[in-house]
Amino acid sequence: MEMTLAPPRVDYLNVRHTVASWLLTKDHKRIGIMYLIVVSIAFFVGGVFASLIRMELATPAGDLVSADTYNKLFTMHGVAMVFFVLIPAVPAILGNFVLPLMLGAKDVAFPKINLLSWYVFVIGFLFTLYAMVTGGVDTGWTFYTPYSSRASSANVMMTGIGVFVTGFSSILTGLNFMVTIHRMRAPGLTWFRLPLFVWAVYATSLVQILGTPVIAITVLALAVERGLHFGIFDPALGGDPVLFQHLFWFYSHPAVYIMILPPMGAISEVIAAFSRKNIFGYSFVAFSSLAIAIFGFLVWAHHLFVAGISVYSALVFSFLTYAVAIPSAVKTFNWTATLYKGAIWLKAPMIWALAFLGLFLVGGLTGLFTAALGVDVHIHDTYFVVAHFHFIMVGGAIMGYFAGLHYWWPKMTGRMYSDIWAKVAAIIVFAGFNLTFGPQFILGYLGMPRRYHVYPEEFQVLNVLSSAGASILAVGYVLVAIYLIASLFKGELAGENPWHATGLEWKTQSPPLPHNFDVQPVVTEGAYEYSKREIKVV
Amino acid sequence: MSSIFQLMPEQASTLAPKVDQLYWFITGVTAFFGILVCVLVVYFAAKYRTDNPMAIGAPITGSIPLELAWSVIPFLISVVIFVWASQVFFDIYRPPDQTLNIYATGKRWMWKFQHLDGKAEINELHVPVGRPVKVTFTSEDVLHSLYFNSFRVKADAIPGRYSSVWFEATKLGDYHIFCAEYCGTRHSAMVGTVHVMEPAAYQAWLSGSGGGGTLASRGERLFSELACNTCHVTDGSGRGPSLHNKFGTQEQLANGSTVHIDESYVRESILTPQTKVVAGYQPVMPTFQGLVNEENVMALIEYVKSLQSSPGAAAANTAAVPPATVPAQENR
Repeated sequence: MEMTLAPPRVDYLNVRHTVASWLLTKDHKRIGIMYLIVVSIAFFVGGVFASLIRMELATPAGDLVSADTYNKLFTMHGVAMVFFVLIPAVPAILGNFVLPLMLGAKDVAFPKINLLSWYVFVIGFLFTLYAMVTGGVDTGWTFYTPYSSRASSANVMMTGIGVFVTGFSSILTGLNFMVTIHRMRAPGLTWFRLPLFVWAVYATSLVQILGTPVIAITVLALAVERGLHFGIFDPALGGDPVLFQHLFWFYSHPAVYIMILPPMGAISEVIAAFSRKNIFGYSFVAFSSLAIAIFGFLVWAHHLFVAGISVYSALVFSFLTYAVAIPSAVKTFNWTATLYKGAIWLKAPMIWALAFLGLFLVGGLTGLFTAALGVDVHIHDTYFVVAHFHFIMVGGAIMGYFAGLHYWWPKMTGRMYSDIWAKVAAIIVFAGFNLTFGPQFILGYLGMPRRYHVYPEEFQVLNVLSSAGASILAVGYVLVAIYLIASLFKGELAGENPWHATGLEWKTQSPPLPHNFDVQPVVTEGAYEYSKREIKVV
Repeated sequence: MSSIFQLMPEQASTLAPKVDQLYWFITGVTAFFGILVCVLVVYFAAKYRTDNPMAIGAPITGSIPLELAWSVIPFLISVVIFVWASQVFFDIYRPPDQTLNIYATGKRWMWKFQHLDGKAEINELHVPVGRPVKVTFTSEDVLHSLYFNSFRVKADAIPGRYSSVWFEATKLGDYHIFCAEYCGTRHSAMVGTVHVMEPAAYQAWLSGSGGGGTLASRGERLFSELACNTCHVTDGSGRGPSLHNKFGTQEQLANGSTVHIDESYVRESILTPQTKVVAGYQPVMPTFQGLVNEENVMALIEYVKSLQSSPGAAAANTAAVPPATVPAQENR
């Protein structure tokens, strides 16, 4: 913009070109790109399943696919999206790429383990893909027993192995990041000078390390019961089916925070950068991430309010669920307050971030309904819950991921994408998303149960609206893929710092050097000290 | 039960308005905060917008009073919702003292309802208007969930234990019964209709064809066919304890603890009799697992319930006279 840009002579992409140089790389940036490729494939696969689900539900009758196929579609949609998109997207792609840069480090603490994480992830994904193409799985992504251990004749074992293996990738990444944050910060980069993305990744790592082993144990116990007929969950064998739900949600509820905390961190970066301001209440935003990570372990039984838990434990878990809502509310208010008297530059990443705010707000607020015991009895296992968690996981996590991806894309590739198309796509996705999942709140309160292949006719109008929204949403996502790929070939050169943002990742060339920095950076101020810049408010 | 398009489900039980009131309250609160934040975001983004990439924002870093305010106020509002919602939950959870009792079993993929007078129906349920009804149920295979959306109640059907829901229908008509917990291929076909009838019409329906004796009398037949009566003799002189006047009471167990004798305990004692042996008796009873199905267990329970010498006890004509209800301590 203000100077003539030339592409860097050496960067992490052009330093070597062989396939082996990618498959054996220990460079966190290349590993991040390799995650981006695998996660994008999983997102496409999960998206195709979602499209088929919405097509089937356009009419009340089961006229597009058979009941068994439908059940496999929603199961595989959930498995692909949860374990292979939402959980790895921000930590493994963006975290891998920018975390060491943000810390002023050359790499993560354990580069070889980082590569191992990717291979473990890919092996888990291949098991799951194999299960999908050789008959699929029909248990729901929740694998509830005794259906999964006794009744289902689908590929439960193979999918279970996929989930089990993938979990270790998540644990290793969490461990790696935690050590990296503790040990590899640049001189002067104290904890309270860290970008909030780092705090969010730190909190996430905590959950990954402490929570993921529980899903591994749960899946293992399921395999033992299914394969060897040991009675753990099946009452016919002397087990307890509700025990499975406790174990499953002990991981899978905190896993929601694995999915949402890192995108929240990305949102903090984008909002600060495009408001040219310090994040309002930095320490409240930082500690709210930790509070969410810790409280997140204490709310699992709110998935069991109608599953036969005692009335008093229901009360306790309902109350704790309200407690975990507070730090999320605090974050939202702080982001809003950051905009106040900012110098707001509405570039594409900011549009995605503002879209995140709107959708996450709805997702969070509708959690107040599902946490309310008297209302949850009615809406549990209905489309209300489906809408609620899609607003959190897609409206929140995926929008936050896209905001972060648009923000760091120039750094990752050295190229700018079309700003105007990126804004158009953000608006299409926002509109399509609301049309898809908004009507589902009403459907759910009317009483339409989830996982229904056929449904009563009076629900059709709302389902047609939802399916129409899904097609708009699909157009938005395809558009993103088109202009991002196009930018690789035709994009303008980005230069070191196209957004004029603070942060060490913007103090090296784009794409960065193989070892990130020529000179070890030294930090002398907080993460978002825009006001200390030379130029004054215009 | 169907108009082409609706925004709210039918309110057809005494619980429905309570749930809906709370729903509207939370809707109001969340709409207020949602709109407030959205308006602020859009307003700030428009007002402070600049196209100059070199511009910088005001040096504001935070405000402790504001942080406290937007932590404490949402918390207090949450507490209000929590308390209100818990009260509604207690209403849903606790049936009134006098209920019309119906048993049900879920199995892939149907709901079978068993009236105490002996009449059974599949995927249909006839109930009288204006009278509390309690459905006690279990599953014969995988998890299901019995869901009456127009009554705003549901509970999971869990193999190996009893769940229950109660409702008092307030409006005549036909309403949905759904299975709300995924159970395999024909999950979405595991649906039915609940017919809310005038009490007189309900009586007429009940006394129509079918039946073959009350549920308790069927249980009595089973009780002798399975030779339960050889040990559980009335005067307590058998190898097992007498079952008379036992239902709803506390019993001392051999391991020193006490147990409340409810449907779940009777079921457990039939299927896994060694688990909780009554004090003073030997663990000699064989299991009846595989010999009696869930429906016959329910008949046996109803027979045990009928062995009350107190007046008004659950005996023959249970449909007309509500059975003396035990303190509702369902193992939900």
